[in-house]
Amino acid sequence: MKPILEIKDLTVHFPINIGTVRAVEGVDLELRQGEVMGLVGESGCGKSTLGFSILRLLRPPGRIVSGQIIYHGQDIVTMGEKEILALRGNQISMIFQDPLTSLNPLFRIDEQFIETLQTHIREIKKDQAFRKAEAMLESLGISHERLLEYPHQMSGGMRQRIMIGMGLILSPDLLIADEPTTSLDVIVEAQFLDLLNQLRKEFDLTILLITHNLGIVAQLADRITVMYGGRIAETGPAEAIFQDPLHPYTQGLLASIPNIRLDQPELKAMPGSPPDLVDPPQGCVFHPRCPHAKEICKQERPGTFSKDGRLVRCWLYR
Amino acid sequence: MTNLLQVQNLKKHFPLQKGFIENLLAKEKAFVRAVDGVSFAIKKGEVLGLVGESGCGKTTTGRLILRLLEPTSGDVLYKEKSVFSHSGRDMEKMREKMQIIFQDPYASLSPRMTVGKAISHPLAIHKLHSKTESKQVCLDIMEKVGLFPASFLYKKYPHQISGGQRQRVVIARALVTNPDFVVADEPIAMADVSVRAMILELMVQLKKEFDLTYLFITHDLATCKYICDRVAIMYLGKIVEIGPLEEVFKNPVHPYTATLLAAVPVPDPKYRRTQPIPKGEIPSPINPPSGCRFHPRCHAAKAACSVHEPELVEVRQGHWVACDLQ
Repeated sequence: MKPILEIKDLTVHFPINIGTVRAVEGVDLELRQGEVMGLVGESGCGKSTLGFSILRLLRPPGRIVSGQIIYHGQDIVTMGEKEILALRGNQISMIFQDPLTSLNPLFRIDEQFIETLQTHIREIKKDQAFRKAEAMLESLGISHERLLEYPHQMSGGMRQRIMIGMGLILSPDLLIADEPTTSLDVIVEAQFLDLLNQLRKEFDLTILLITHNLGIVAQLADRITVMYGGRIAETGPAEAIFQDPLHPYTQGLLASIPNIRLDQPELKAMPGSPPDLVDPPQGCVFHPRCPHAKEICKQERPGTFSKDGRLVRCWLYR
Repeated sequence: MTNLLQVQNLKKHFPLQKGFIENLLAKEKAFVRAVDGVSFAIKKGEVLGLVGESGCGKTTTGRLILRLLEPTSGDVLYKEKSVFSHSGRDMEKMREKMQIIFQDPYASLSPRMTVGKAISHPLAIHKLHSKTESKQVCLDIMEKVGLFPASFLYKKYPHQISGGQRQRVVIARALVTNPDFVVADEPIAMADVSVRAMILELMVQLKKEFDLTYLFITHDLATCKYICDRVAIMYLGKIVEIGPLEEVFKNPVHPYTATLLAAVPVPDPKYRRTQPIPKGEIPSPINPPSGCRFHPRCHAAKAACSVHEPELVEVRQGHWVACDLQ
């Protein structure tokens, strides 16, 4: 499969008064046509910053310091303002964690759909746009009568479905979903994942699924990238990552999360806490918490090594 | 073993705020039936998990047990005495032995109090020790919850420590008065993934060390597996199923419990769900469905389910279910 998006050596910094937050450091990532890529990591690991960078939606003072984001042969990093506007929504769209703050409380759902459509497609008529919105609600499993309601009249799960509908109304080919289920209850979350799986086929989507929840990526992702401290720890097929995690961080993470199906009697907690990205540890960012840390890990940053066709950034696989 | 805590038909209805005109016109007041007839018991040394989706009344139940809220009706017996019968001094004495750990370690610590002050605050309130003793007691408990080096962290403010450490401070503050019973309200929900296991491990270890009894409130069934002896599943203000953890997990009887268990995302692609989750969401607790509250979403519902409200019935030893179809 050919890549639809290629991120090459991307670095994003946030200069603040106490120093520079190195949110993303030298990240390489490749999204293939039609796949669901799970981007996992804890809060503050840079996964959301990476997602925002793809659409150039970084909030100041955040900025892309170096690297490339190649989408269909064009570099998003150097793109002009006009071109990026044409890209957002039409080709790449994004849904966020909290649907209540992403929807405008003062406008009805149909008005918000129509606004989105008319902003991007100049010649579309109001009733055409309305019919498009009706058809979209059908796909989302919501009765089209609810188009005339306001966001506060809907449940959390329904709002999140509306959000994804807005994201897909212009038929983009890449969807970035940033923690799309974090504000949802477990049953609604499962329903949402079912919907995402259905829409993915219906709209022929490539999805970058950003989440801290390993359960969710296990349910949906074809491939997984694990991030830690602003850097990629490893990338590989979902089954392989869960069955045989290469990076010690991934190993620790998997041993420390509850699994309702396993008969593991207790969890193995990972010592320490995530690094301070203003002053990250020298060498490998994970070395202070790593059970296998050697001298070289404290000195030099590991490059990308490959093992059985998988990529991992750890000196153990040199 | 005797029951340390007994909850008897506990109810809490919150009156709904209405506009002035509506108040004039409306004959009946509307209520949010947050907790609507909940009964269970917790034995000494046991951990009971109270599980449900948001809005099911689990947190309200926890607060009623500690009398942070007054109930509409029903009773809570702690060591065979009603917590609602105490007054003044007695109530203070009881609170010393019944504590709570809140969900949000950011909101539940005052930003103006140092760690040491926050942890020793309960000692000052309950006048348990002199000032110099208090500091030593505080440092001891800090070491026990893994706040090292205690004398260094003692002087820190909450914004100067990490999220995991904050939750440890909240736990230390709950345990400093040497309680018997602790309500843990989603203690790990806010923590980072890699920190959760540590907090959970700490709670298990402290339980042994201090001979504690927990009511563990959570929305996450998978977490229960590592700490609870029994679980109670709540839906719209009522307990629908309660029993030993393994029994409920292996043989869930109530259709809601089964759906909840199926919805838990298993962190392993081997266990991908093949069946879609039934549609429908938790209805409003203002006017809950008649009869069995789950019937509009239940795949097995019969006509009678919308009329008759099921009672908890023992299906196996210690395993109780409120479903007429069983």
